[in-house]
Amino acid sequence: MSGLRLLAGPSLSSGSETYADHVRRLGAATLAGRALIEALGRSGLTGRGGASFSVAVKWKAVAVASKGRAVVIANGAEGEPQSHKDRLLMTTRPHLILDGAFLAARTLRANQVVLYVGEEHGSSWAAMERALDERPEAERRIARMVAAPHRYVAGESSAAVHLVEAGIATPTTTPPHPRERGVASAPTLVQNVETLAHIALIARYGDAWYKSAGRRGAAGTILITITGGVKSPGILEVEAGTTIEEAVAMAGGVSEPAAALLVGGYFGAWVPADKGWALPLDAAALKAQGMNLGCGVIGVLPATRCGVCDTARIMRYLAQESSAQCGPCFFGLRALSDAIGRVAERGTNRDDLARLNRWAVEVQGRGACKHPDGAVIFLRSALSTFADTFASHPAHWRQQPA
Amino acid sequence: MREGLHLSIDRIKCDGHGLCAELLPELIRLDDWGYPIIAPGPVPDHLLPLAQRAVATCPVLALALRRTAASK
Repeated sequence: MSGLRLLAGPSLSSGSETYADHVRRLGAATLAGRALIEALGRSGLTGRGGASFSVAVKWKAVAVASKGRAVVIANGAEGEPQSHKDRLLMTTRPHLILDGAFLAARTLRANQVVLYVGEEHGSSWAAMERALDERPEAERRIARMVAAPHRYVAGESSAAVHLVEAGIATPTTTPPHPRERGVASAPTLVQNVETLAHIALIARYGDAWYKSAGRRGAAGTILITITGGVKSPGILEVEAGTTIEEAVAMAGGVSEPAAALLVGGYFGAWVPADKGWALPLDAAALKAQGMNLGCGVIGVLPATRCGVCDTARIMRYLAQESSAQCGPCFFGLRALSDAIGRVAERGTNRDDLARLNRWAVEVQGRGACKHPDGAVIFLRSALSTFADTFASHPAHWRQQPA
Repeated sequence: MREGLHLSIDRIKCDGHGLCAELLPELIRLDDWGYPIIAPGPVPDHLLPLAQRAVATCPVLALALRRTAASK
């Protein structure tokens, strides 16, 4: 498509763009400081790590409290197993991310920039490290790479702060939020790498340009990962507001008839395919419909697969990925995973269905971070989308390929 | 959120001792694993003394009364 922004430029298969090429192609950023924060506010840009929080609100909070000692964390942990868009960006366009991070540092008067990259994302790490080496000395002096442990919660913003300051990637109790009190008690901006890349372009071309892309009232472009039953699964840059049906068509269309869609990844929600095709890929529009763009993962479940069994697998994973700090999350998700596992493996029984429905409500809102909330919102969407299957599930889990 | 004092729990500190639910069953019950579930909304005036006692009795100081924070 012609509307590429983050992924415009040299072919993605040619590897990471060098600093010289990047500067030659895009020139220098013209906006910084207060003007940049105002442009970010007008652009309506929200974070692309999963929470879709307002960038301008975060920046203003850090700017006010900074006193020259704020910290910027570029979050490239990408712990969501189905998502690959942050890795693609880090390996191919590292300087867009670094531009965003150093613009943030200048604007927020930060004295540290941390590039927080998933320890298992080898090529992303290498590309970011090489890119950092190419930057001017004044930038390199304040920046360092930190490995994000291979855990689902490691990318949560308070966990990122905890890892950077204490080497432990577990979430901490909020408030205070990192933007108020983060690394070494300094106000800390934790911003997803895709978000930083958008900021690098807004700092060059402005908010009106940002909003010139987008459909059905949405603004800008987003990176999404399409997985499951499509002909060409992978990463796409689409205009915000593109429907799932249009995005799936860009991925070659479905490989076989679809039963359901998983919108937003493991912290998202299942919807029946016939209700999901028309959903717009835009954080605000999905939120208005009680859904969540998350980190932009769209999973297509073919009618030949069992949604209950797939949900059981994902619940087992999310239970294992609890950081085991809060009782309702650690015990609750384990119990939920066991209950749905029994339904999947041995067939429907009324007691487990009743437990699933009760616990999926009781656990919500009772963790220090949103891990238990994400897991039970996902589970409740399965209970409603696959209600018929849950009501009479056969004992067939083991027969299903993972 | 309505005005008033709300019970809030530091979920990381809470170890599920359950004393709070014994002292204040009107507002706090325990889930199947022994961790507190707090009734939404502000603490009614007539229960404030009991709520304060529950806060003071928590062995790990995980329970608090707050004026603004959401009661999780």
